[in-house]
Amino acid sequence: MDFGLTDEQRALAETLRRYLADECPATRVRTAMESENGHDAALWQGLCDLGVLALAVPETLGGMGDELLSLALVSEQIGYAAAPGPFVGAATAVVALANADDADAAASWLPRIASGEALATAAVGESGGRWDADELAAKVDVDNGDGVKQSGQLRGTKSQVPYGSLADLHVVAARDGDDVAVWIVERARPAVVASDLSGNDLTRRLSSVEYRGAEARRIGGRRTFEKMRDAALILLAADAYGGARRCLDMAREYALTREQFGQPIGAFQAVKHQLANLAVEIEPSMSLWWYAAHAFDRIPDQAPRHAALAKAFSSDLFDRAARDSTELHGGIGFTWEFDLHLWLRRSMFDRAFFGDAHYHRARAAALAGW
Amino acid sequence: MDLSYSAEYEAFRGEVRAFLDEHWTGEDRARHGGNDQLIGRIARPEARVTEFREQAIAAGYLYRNIPRQWGGGEKPFDPLRSAIIREEFKRARAPREMVGQGPSMLVFTLLEHGTDEQKRRFIKSTLLGETLWCQGYSDPGAGSDLASLRTRAELDGDQWVLNGQKIWTSNAQEADWMFALVRTEPDAPKHDGISYLLLDMKTPGITVRPLRQITGDSDFNEVFFDNVRVPRTGLVGERGKGWIVSRSTLKYERALIGDTDINRRTLDGMVMLARAIDRRGRPAIEDPVLRGRLVEVETRLVAAEFHSMRLLTMQAKGEEPGVAGLVPKLCGTQLTYDMARLAMDICAEGAALAPGEPEAPAMGMFVNAYLWSLGILIAGGTANIQRNIIAERGLGMPRDASQKR
Repeated sequence: MDFGLTDEQRALAETLRRYLADECPATRVRTAMESENGHDAALWQGLCDLGVLALAVPETLGGMGDELLSLALVSEQIGYAAAPGPFVGAATAVVALANADDADAAASWLPRIASGEALATAAVGESGGRWDADELAAKVDVDNGDGVKQSGQLRGTKSQVPYGSLADLHVVAARDGDDVAVWIVERARPAVVASDLSGNDLTRRLSSVEYRGAEARRIGGRRTFEKMRDAALILLAADAYGGARRCLDMAREYALTREQFGQPIGAFQAVKHQLANLAVEIEPSMSLWWYAAHAFDRIPDQAPRHAALAKAFSSDLFDRAARDSTELHGGIGFTWEFDLHLWLRRSMFDRAFFGDAHYHRARAAALAGW
Repeated sequence: MDLSYSAEYEAFRGEVRAFLDEHWTGEDRARHGGNDQLIGRIARPEARVTEFREQAIAAGYLYRNIPRQWGGGEKPFDPLRSAIIREEFKRARAPREMVGQGPSMLVFTLLEHGTDEQKRRFIKSTLLGETLWCQGYSDPGAGSDLASLRTRAELDGDQWVLNGQKIWTSNAQEADWMFALVRTEPDAPKHDGISYLLLDMKTPGITVRPLRQITGDSDFNEVFFDNVRVPRTGLVGERGKGWIVSRSTLKYERALIGDTDINRRTLDGMVMLARAIDRRGRPAIEDPVLRGRLVEVETRLVAAEFHSMRLLTMQAKGEEPGVAGLVPKLCGTQLTYDMARLAMDICAEGAALAPGEPEAPAMGMFVNAYLWSLGILIAGGTANIQRNIIAERGLGMPRDASQKR
């Protein structure tokens, strides 16, 4: 019985933590934030060189074929550092390809995506809060059905696609007749029209993408969709947990150094209790996304529900942690120049993207048969 | 992460099961099943239960952290084996270790500071429930600030003479003995003037007066001392060192696990209730707000359950849990409180009806849970004191100036 990480996973998390602490201080995050496309290509290449996406690529394709938990640990560290860039979309796309029925598509794209040569993203949600397989309106008119290697023209609009105007490959959830399927579309096609959106989180950019009969290749059905969705939810939960922990660490640090009335404010009980309340929520919640990630690989029946619980809880938690930490910092916390709002803004992404807590709790209730 | 047990541990599980099948029969399971009582009154176990506990101690399945010499099961610290024993005993509805402050506190204090005579006289009989204890810590004026207690004891020849009053004393009516903190050195600084005394509750001059709780029941008491004469040998550890003596229970390695079973049972009961109860013509569980709230408390419960597994793993590997080890109590009591509120909301207008009223949903059992959820927020250190502990010991915040010694 081991509800913990392997030595390799600990080493991975520590490598990432150090790399991001050294390479991605807040000054660099801000440079990316203020840039045109919000993408720090050198940092992204560095992460790819460390093998963060290769973790989820099968060994037969030159990857590490690791558990989702390892990828989630990367997401946690990215959340902790507020590292800018396309990780969440790219990692979701990689999981989709790694769980595709179309082995040729996986073989041709995964090595290039993992190496950083090509950028991939995931396109699922549509306006009106539609993230559910059965609510998606985007659809593909299949023109040459020959089993798994179908292709056709994709029509529809995806409202929030991470780095949609930059990614070379879009992994898109869209209808195939009555059921959902997962498709790949190359952005270079003229029928893919991506418009950048102005988002609250300046470290992760979103586009709205309209597919006007874009050439799409089917890589998998509902199973691939569910893998892709659950992975995205678990990665977002891990990111939010990492962010929440950073908010607590910053508040703790400030409470120990800021003095008022002749003592550190951390000596005041009101401040202590605010910090303790956060710790009480944050500490046990790590187990939620750990378990969901474990279930993803080992107990697949439980994965959809636990991924939903983890995403709902973590995104609420990150929101509270960011707000409480801001309050605890007093005036400085409300300034643009102080870094805390980078995490506050990331919490706004994590709570909304891929469905909010209310939506995922409703799903979890239905999945329990309530 | 690997949630299965290795072959060695599965073999151990087989041994435990075989022991239970032999010593705790189907009839026992039906008649005496379980000992889940966490709060409320302690009771003297039935003879059959004591007989079983003696066998389980001899087999090394109970009181593993207590030496055989003093009546324990004495086994090397192994939280995974302890977890397996807990699981299997639960499944067989077999009696586990006695609950209450005697087995959980006094015994460890005696192991650390007691004389051999005190150990011989009290430990085994306490583990078996033959001697029941109450804890005389809080004074009327000394609760969270326990060290300011004023109940005093003066030495007169070979006897301590006690005067004063204890309060919030659970089980004082049933207890045979009390372990108490009393002031013996009135001129010393407050922490240094306290001694730890054992006293027989039948001693003349002791008056127990039950306090009625918000539930209407009486589980705790006031205890008055009027020139109560206690033999000098009732002192545990050195005179004036009672504060330190009373902290010694913390040293003994025990599972950190907060018990999540009770909250799990409450949640399952709430889901059944929400399916059964009608809310404007439909089952309450179809109400989207109540569904969301049910999932919300369930998520916190699931997190607490997994967190216990994580702590168990850390203990098994000898890792220091830090703040992770300090949060289960507050997490659990806060969750109990929030679940109880939700249960009342599920009951809708039925929440106005008292326990025992036949018209009340589930005979009003959720009303009792609602009231008790406040009790457990307070018992054994209030939630606010827990927050202080988490912030100071877990997060390294400075101690408040007024608490410094």
